[in-house]
Amino acid sequence: MGFTKENRIKIGSNKGFDLFLLFSMLALYSFLIFSVHAAERVIIKADGSSTVYPISEAVAEEFQKAKKGAVNVTIGISGTGGGFKKFCRGETDISNASRPILKNEIEQCEQNRVEFIELPIAYDGLAVMVNPKNNWVDKLTVEELKKIWAPESQGKITRWNQIRTGWPQSTMRLFGPGVDSGTFDYFTEAIVGKAKASRGDYTSSEDDNVLVQGIAGDINALGYFGLAYYEENKDRLKLVPIVNPKTGKAVLPSMETVMNNSYQPLSRPLFIYINKKSLDKKEVYEFVDFYLKNGKKLVREARYIPLPDSAYRLAEERFRSKKTKSVFAGEPEVGLSVEELLKREQKK
Amino acid sequence: MNREDLKIYTARYIDHAFAITGLLCCLASLGIIAVLFFDLVLDGLPRITSTFFFSFPSRIPEKAGILSAWVGSVIVIVVTALFSIPIGVATGIYLEEYGKKNWITDIIEINISNLAGVPSIIYGLLSLSLFVYLLKFGESILTGGLTLGLLILPIVITATRESIRTIPQSIREASYALGATKWQTIRWHIIPYSTGGILTGIIIGLSRAIGETAPLITIGALTFIAFLPSSPIQPSFPFISFGWLFDAFTVMPVQIFNWISRPQKGFHINAAAASSVLLVMTLLLNGIAIYIRYRFRRRIRW
Repeated sequence: MGFTKENRIKIGSNKGFDLFLLFSMLALYSFLIFSVHAAERVIIKADGSSTVYPISEAVAEEFQKAKKGAVNVTIGISGTGGGFKKFCRGETDISNASRPILKNEIEQCEQNRVEFIELPIAYDGLAVMVNPKNNWVDKLTVEELKKIWAPESQGKITRWNQIRTGWPQSTMRLFGPGVDSGTFDYFTEAIVGKAKASRGDYTSSEDDNVLVQGIAGDINALGYFGLAYYEENKDRLKLVPIVNPKTGKAVLPSMETVMNNSYQPLSRPLFIYINKKSLDKKEVYEFVDFYLKNGKKLVREARYIPLPDSAYRLAEERFRSKKTKSVFAGEPEVGLSVEELLKREQKK
Repeated sequence: MNREDLKIYTARYIDHAFAITGLLCCLASLGIIAVLFFDLVLDGLPRITSTFFFSFPSRIPEKAGILSAWVGSVIVIVVTALFSIPIGVATGIYLEEYGKKNWITDIIEINISNLAGVPSIIYGLLSLSLFVYLLKFGESILTGGLTLGLLILPIVITATRESIRTIPQSIREASYALGATKWQTIRWHIIPYSTGGILTGIIIGLSRAIGETAPLITIGALTFIAFLPSSPIQPSFPFISFGWLFDAFTVMPVQIFNWISRPQKGFHINAAAASSVLLVMTLLLNGIAIYIRYRFRRRIRW
């Protein structure tokens, strides 16, 4: 009873073995602790918006290929806000952002003496979508969208006929991105007039495919997210034309309408922010340079809308002269056209 | 039919009914796993090739692979095991064999059972402030391993204790009667006899850790990593480097999470393929656990 074969042989064997085991383990762990030193190779760290991620990923992939693996790039997706938190603590070299940096984030950066260079890299359209079976929504105005999404509407505006008379009495099902995303910030700013001001009683997800599923499966659904997700799910979603408040025309988002600025106010520029100190590292400088030179092609491949050539040139100038600070000065703004953005670039 | 007979029949009927219900529940859960697994494999099969295992993530779904993800998962799990096994097993042995029943052990015990129920994201937040900021380990393999180690510590401790408890008291008494000290008893009897149960617990803990996403995302596991951690073997003195402990990493669940949230269909196929690979990894770990338990049970007869 009780003894395994080995034990019967080993019983009475020495304490030495136990001590040996104990010491070798201690040795291993102390070795682990003391022999550790930070890796010497160069790593470029980027983090931030999941909207900008596909572009940065494409650039990083091509850059690493061009450098034959000598330089490594890592990219995280903490969201625009989460990315800036890390960026302003000086933890990352580059922050991907789907909206300009905000005032409190600038303050954070200043506190930690992080100077940054702001570079626009692409345009993106926010699409408002309904179920393909929905035959009543032909277009939406900014006012109607505001009525749907404003914080005051929570629990009150729940039926389609409250938005426009003649629409059905059925209950709306709303879908939108999570509150940490720049998409949410931009949409609320553009529609409600205040960033992050939104009703809370809707289905939110950081994963846009969940929103696609939700809208595709419910005739009463309405939601918004980046245009790239519509492009991949054209048969399951119906795009809603948005009335441009300046011209009064209903415009469908597309490559052309975003580029020629007629799809407003839901077109937005995308940015990368670069820690000025990181540019002392030759590799980071080369990476950003590569980003601007190859951005146009890769932006299109990532299904975003490239800026005009002149804008890339100006961004490059700004980068070469290492001009810091944001052209937005922390004030969130919507409906910025390529021309307006360029003027600001020139003014500074 | 008299009343006694009726009672017997009812009892038998209940007996059968329960057996059938149990079987149905069993089949239902097996069926769900099977359906999920086949659905994943059907979606992902065309992508499961050797290039998928040996390519880095890419913006082109067909070229993207899981090299950095599975290597990251394996390394993080190794660190997790190195951290949680010694501490967990030692704690279990202490609580069962040495710990006196007093308020301190009571507190430890309550804490352990509470920790097992804490949502995994809380562990992520804890290690974010402790390992990443306070101890300055950064978003590294070390941080990831320690986080998951903390997460499965309660599982390892509980498994150790449970399996020590199955050892009859008479074994200890026999050992003492032969003049063995407490440590000798533990070293030559308690640990060997409970090894099967302890290993099973450890592996079940590790197979939980391998599928965890939330705590790793919290500490900042990255999604685009197209390189491997630095090599542990160096050409110059001291030949072994632990620099890889401080390298950035990604793991399978994080890679899957990233692919699922991409718009392109091709990435969803990749996600299905990677999920099947992860599922097979977990099944393998659990299979090893079952085998170990079988081996050790066979060797020990009370």
